[in-house]
Amino acid sequence: MTRSPVLELRGLSRRFGQTAVLDDIDITVPEGSFTALLGASGCGKSTTLRIMAGLDRPTSGRVLLHGEDVAGKTAHERNVAMVFQSYALYPHLTVFQNMALPLTMRHLSSLGRMPLVGRLVPGSRVARNLIEKKVSEAADVLGLTDLLDRKPSSLSGGQKQRVALGRAMVRDPVLFLLDEPLSNLDARLRVKMRAELVALHRRTGKAFVYVTHDQSEAMAMADQIVVMIGGKVAQSGAPRDLYGRPASMGVATFIGHNAINLFLPDDGLHGLHPAADRAVIGLRPEHLSPAANGALEARLETAEYLGSEIILGLRCESGTEIRAIASGDYPIPAPGSAIRLGFEPGQLHLFDRQSGKRIEVTS
Amino acid sequence: MIRSFFSRAVSTLLLFAGAAVILLPFVWMLSLAFKPRDEIFSSRVQLLPSRLEWNNFVVALTETDVPLFLWNGFVVVGGILAFQILFAVPCSYALAQRRFRGRTFVFGLVLAALLVPFHVTAIPIFLGFAKAGILNSYGALILPFVPTAFGIFLFRQFFSQLPPDLFDAARVDGLSETAIVWRIAFPLALPAATAFAIFSITAHWNDLFWPLIATTDPHLATPPRGILYFRDQESGDDVGPLMAAALIITAPLVIAFLLAQRKFTQGLAAGGLKG
Repeated sequence: MTRSPVLELRGLSRRFGQTAVLDDIDITVPEGSFTALLGASGCGKSTTLRIMAGLDRPTSGRVLLHGEDVAGKTAHERNVAMVFQSYALYPHLTVFQNMALPLTMRHLSSLGRMPLVGRLVPGSRVARNLIEKKVSEAADVLGLTDLLDRKPSSLSGGQKQRVALGRAMVRDPVLFLLDEPLSNLDARLRVKMRAELVALHRRTGKAFVYVTHDQSEAMAMADQIVVMIGGKVAQSGAPRDLYGRPASMGVATFIGHNAINLFLPDDGLHGLHPAADRAVIGLRPEHLSPAANGALEARLETAEYLGSEIILGLRCESGTEIRAIASGDYPIPAPGSAIRLGFEPGQLHLFDRQSGKRIEVTS
Repeated sequence: MIRSFFSRAVSTLLLFAGAAVILLPFVWMLSLAFKPRDEIFSSRVQLLPSRLEWNNFVVALTETDVPLFLWNGFVVVGGILAFQILFAVPCSYALAQRRFRGRTFVFGLVLAALLVPFHVTAIPIFLGFAKAGILNSYGALILPFVPTAFGIFLFRQFFSQLPPDLFDAARVDGLSETAIVWRIAFPLALPAATAFAIFSITAHWNDLFWPLIATTDPHLATPPRGILYFRDQESGDDVGPLMAAALIITAPLVIAFLLAQRKFTQGLAAGGLKG
């Protein structure tokens, strides 16, 4: 199944004065995909999104929308929708007016937009009815029907979020751009809105580009993740690929709920892999568990019981810290006692010591 | 407890004394406007008139040009305010929310213009208007005040506090920059605009300096200028109607301020000019 790309960034760079914020970025957003731009703050992911939207111009490189260069086009001409982190609702307009504004700008002439006089302009009645219909449809989908007359200041965070989504939805854009839309919500609401966003994505069938610094958000929602580190694309691919075969140490530390264990050659854990004296070894805590004949021995320091699992904090002979995960029924030994840890050889990652790049495990 | 009561009593008393000094002329104006002629020049100080003399107002409104002066004041002040907002709002939006070469320099010029009193530029403007032949017109009374450094500064401070995301959202929604100014920025700046309107209206309704220089035609006289004609004609003889006219001229400002008082203080606080 090959999906034609909606949006492509080709060799894109952006500098502010002397500092390069984006350095030779290539990103392809396929039709109907949910793409997450994942990275720490300051890695250039928001700038990338602004360039996709047409709010910022690249210093060099091309932005292609359906294969056509849109460098000179505004966000409106590109027909992309954007949801901002701060929601950016117009405080002086009601929910209805907020959602109707993009349609008003498209369907009514400048005279037709005038209050009172506008109603006399020929054709404006049809346009107004159309706008009203589209807004009430979107409001219905998002459960905003009862709030249409309220001002944004009287809405809760989740409601504001929905209005911002509604404003993006009503005009039927070719692409949705979302800039950390859930970061201002509390944890419980965030998980709920996550599911709603995925449902909305399925419903519209349009491509979503979602900027976030939260890897679990990206893993949970996206079918394609682009990891950005220091203004470059470190790796892009399906969540499973990023987790299973991280292209670099940076990606490996970023992806995954539990921070990956990295063993440097100096740590003296040579028994793990023949290449351990030359390369950095990565092992995720969830792949490292107590086993009677395991290859690693370490002393137990802490144990966090979480019900379904126990997170063990250990320290080995050379002083390196290790985190491992045991199943919930594992009897926790006394702190200080030695535990042997085992792992599947296939779960081990090797990285080049200098460049941090992945080395394929051959054995 | 007693101490704080005492200090509050003292400060309240001092405020009352200050208010009395400032309000006395106004109270006297109010008193004279309602007094019959024979009581105005009596040797005794008497605050309340023995009977209300409405005739003073009738004379002021029917036998003099006071209605014309009010109309002129309305046209001039309204014209000034409308044009000031028409130019200052887009200009300050650009200074606050757009990036362009020389932006800091232009804003520096605005700040510098704040330092120059109008009286310095009055003579060059007068000479220019005289050459252009537009003295003695509404235009001559309105034009010099249309570019307002104070207005640009006030609105810029307000706009620079608004989140840039809001304007980006408007751009994505397809609003042109002009549309953003009038549909998004200006409605949000209404508190600041009210504060500015009060400053502008008070300053230009009460202005005597420029109308005295720019116009000689009595039919163009603004209220303060008009009161001067009034006094000349009557040579101070007819104080009752004069005071009634003065009352009529001051009243609109006081009423407007009282109505907009809350918005006014809000606007100043929002504009970052508090304190």
